[in-house]
Amino acid sequence: MSDLALPVVSPNGERTAPFLAKADHHPENGTLLGFWLYLMSDCLVFACLFATYGVLGRSYAGGAGGAQLFELPLVALNTSLLLLSSITYGFAMLEMQRRRVGATLLWLAITGLFGLGFLGVELYEFAHLIAEGNGPERSAFLSSFFALVGTHGLHVTFGIIWLVTLMAQVGRHGLITENRRRLACLSMFWHFLDVVWIGVFTFVYLMGVLP
Amino acid sequence: MSNASHHDTAHDHDDGAPHATLRGYLTGFVLSVVLTAIPFWLVMGKVFSSSALTATVLLAFAVVQIVVHMICFLHMDAKSEGGWNLLALIFTLVLVVITLAGSIWVMYHLNVNMMPAMSGMPSMP
Repeated sequence: MSDLALPVVSPNGERTAPFLAKADHHPENGTLLGFWLYLMSDCLVFACLFATYGVLGRSYAGGAGGAQLFELPLVALNTSLLLLSSITYGFAMLEMQRRRVGATLLWLAITGLFGLGFLGVELYEFAHLIAEGNGPERSAFLSSFFALVGTHGLHVTFGIIWLVTLMAQVGRHGLITENRRRLACLSMFWHFLDVVWIGVFTFVYLMGVLP
Repeated sequence: MSNASHHDTAHDHDDGAPHATLRGYLTGFVLSVVLTAIPFWLVMGKVFSSSALTATVLLAFAVVQIVVHMICFLHMDAKSEGGWNLLALIFTLVLVVITLAGSIWVMYHLNVNMMPAMSGMPSMP
């Protein structure tokens, strides 16, 4: 793909396209920039959900509030699982730079397991809330809570699907340029989800239990 | 095979991916653990009696931790993608701040001004 941007040698041996500026280094493909722009638009989606929660987060409709519903030890467990998955994805990227397929796949698998653990705890929390009659229909607070945390959980779910897909790709084709670019995109996605989670545990859970 | 690996190394600096280091990831991880543990301790240990003070400190910790993640994990700097990454991020942050602060500010004042008239209404089922 990036070969296309190399200077073309014309039949008489001269290099064409001498007008290319040498000082300003352009990446040969804009995938990473484009993916970053997608993440920024995703950031706006989360900003709207955070704003909704900020407005409705104390409208309990006579029901239970965050102080009664949130179990902070569970949230702390979830936060550490996601943080650990971030660092293990980092290790996968380091192994990718060293072109070690096996170690990359191993760290990606560990990342996926941490992600699944995070989802498991979150689904347990949701099921627990809904079973006690505190589902999203109970109050505006719970509607906005489920919308925000659920959207984040959906992102993690699709991140795990993407992760498994890439593990199959890397296992089959090795760490070729395309796969390294894909892993770099998923890396941004995964770390971005961790950034959003910082906002969630601070703004929703920790500030939600304050009197 | 050697040809393939040569091809790979030749394009190492062309795939646009920033080069991560173990040191960067470990620094980010340790800082994140500390910046996560302190807010949880502040709330679970009920360190401050004032909710407003706790909330302010929590938000400050969150902002610092987000910056740490951006630099150590997302490798954000003024040079990535020729500065366009940072520019897009700053633009997004402006929109995020307007969305969040604007919504909460407007709706807070709406609530304060509407509440007395609304308080007599029966709560919806």
